[in-house]
Amino acid sequence: MVRSRALFIVSFVLAAVGGASAADAPRGASSCIGCHAARPGIEDALPSLKGRKASEVTEAMLAFRQDRKPATVMNRIAKGFSDAEIAAIADWFAEQQP
Amino acid sequence: MTVRLTRRSVLAGALASGAMASPVCAPAIAQNAPRVVVIGGGFAGAGFARALKHIANNVNVTLVETHRTFTACPFSNHVIAGLRDLSAQQFTYEKVAADGVTMAFEPAIAVDAGSRTVTLRSGTPLMYDRLVIAPGISFNWSALPGYDEAAAKIMPHAWHAGEQTELLRRQLEAMEDGGTVLMSVPDNPMRCPPGAYERASLIAWYLKAKKPRSKIIVLDAKDQFSMQRLFQNAWKALYPGQIEWVGLSNGGKINSVDPKTRSLAGDFETYKGTVVNVIPPQRAGTIAQVAGVTDRTGWCPVDPITFESKIAPNVHVLGDATLVGTMPKSAFGAFSQAQICAAAIAKLFANATPDRPKLINTCYSVAAPDYGMSVAGVYQPVGNDYLEVEGAGGNSPVDAPQATRALEAKYAHGLFNTLTGETFG
Repeated sequence: MVRSRALFIVSFVLAAVGGASAADAPRGASSCIGCHAARPGIEDALPSLKGRKASEVTEAMLAFRQDRKPATVMNRIAKGFSDAEIAAIADWFAEQQP
Repeated sequence: MTVRLTRRSVLAGALASGAMASPVCAPAIAQNAPRVVVIGGGFAGAGFARALKHIANNVNVTLVETHRTFTACPFSNHVIAGLRDLSAQQFTYEKVAADGVTMAFEPAIAVDAGSRTVTLRSGTPLMYDRLVIAPGISFNWSALPGYDEAAAKIMPHAWHAGEQTELLRRQLEAMEDGGTVLMSVPDNPMRCPPGAYERASLIAWYLKAKKPRSKIIVLDAKDQFSMQRLFQNAWKALYPGQIEWVGLSNGGKINSVDPKTRSLAGDFETYKGTVVNVIPPQRAGTIAQVAGVTDRTGWCPVDPITFESKIAPNVHVLGDATLVGTMPKSAFGAFSQAQICAAAIAKLFANATPDRPKLINTCYSVAAPDYGMSVAGVYQPVGNDYLEVEGAGGNSPVDAPQATRALEAKYAHGLFNTLTGETFG
């Protein structure tokens, strides 16, 4: 009993920290999947961000923020994020399997 | 490898104890895997349950939900206008269960925050380390004399999607050309603030096509509403003379209703309709009141980082039942909150400090099937509350070309598919 409990705690911490980067999604990132699906096979969805090059996502977000890229809603959303926040979100998506 | 074996042994242990006692309250598990009970299986509750299992698979998550089928409110206005079947709004919990979430299909009737126990209608107790309440809204029936469950069968609210949505649809179909549709809209806070105006638009779309001599009057307890200029411009362009909006200052607030005569009484006038849609004043879902996590506004105040109730410890509240700064009560907002709360609870179980979050909300509405508009906002905790990040968010431009409106209508569908796919698919 004691042994399984100790093992459990170890596995729980590993699952929480290493198992899914979702636990450490950078600020704002988990809201992105409301439109940019994380699960595969969703119809008519907007492009997924998982596995995209960080530079691509960063460049797009900066262009949206500065109104350099045609947009409907992303220009309004991008203005809520700093350079550092955008970089962290882009890196986080880049690390995930598409 | 070691980790995987360990997880299996924990699971085996849980199953073994499940054979001896109710698995969710077996004391052996109480000492081990953290237990989370979630009440309410909408975008907030089901989204949270899956997110938490994804982040921390070893947590025991039980989702308590009365209905085996979820009927989504977003896009239910399309059903009312005959643009979509109700079945396109409906989802089951199979995939939620497949993620390892234990489903309990019955109502929760009591919450004891002291002993950390939820009681189901059958009497089954569910013990929790953390409870998440995500019940959506309930109606404040007493705030609108004359309106009750029986009256809603004559003058539907259609503000919980399902039977009510189809009832309103049937009434519109049965109405003769030349009839008057009345809508009564409450003051904020309400679920889906732009939803009533989208509904008026799509009803007008239907009337224009099928019953062109009919009109719709929107009686509103507010003088201003979400995306007002966008909607009013659209009405002028698409449905000239067919939608009349009466705001608070012009007597739009309805004080009582009479189902016998299908009439709505305002300060200056009593309006009589052929089809009457009454959207009543709202408050947090009933179980939030039962659990004692509502304040005098009828909504649930929460910590902006963990969504833990400011009233009861170890109880978190998500979605429409909360008051989260100026965030509108939307499916997207509920889903975003669920992701944040799941990450925060996983951190709390791991004795770590939850991160300071940032939330996005995006709401799409349509004024016609190919005419979309949106309101977006980025929110962050400031002190004890959520504030919108200045300079970000806002509405679609008032002067956008038709191509943009069409694109936003398309993205509205994309958002629906994504949100429902992420939550139930």
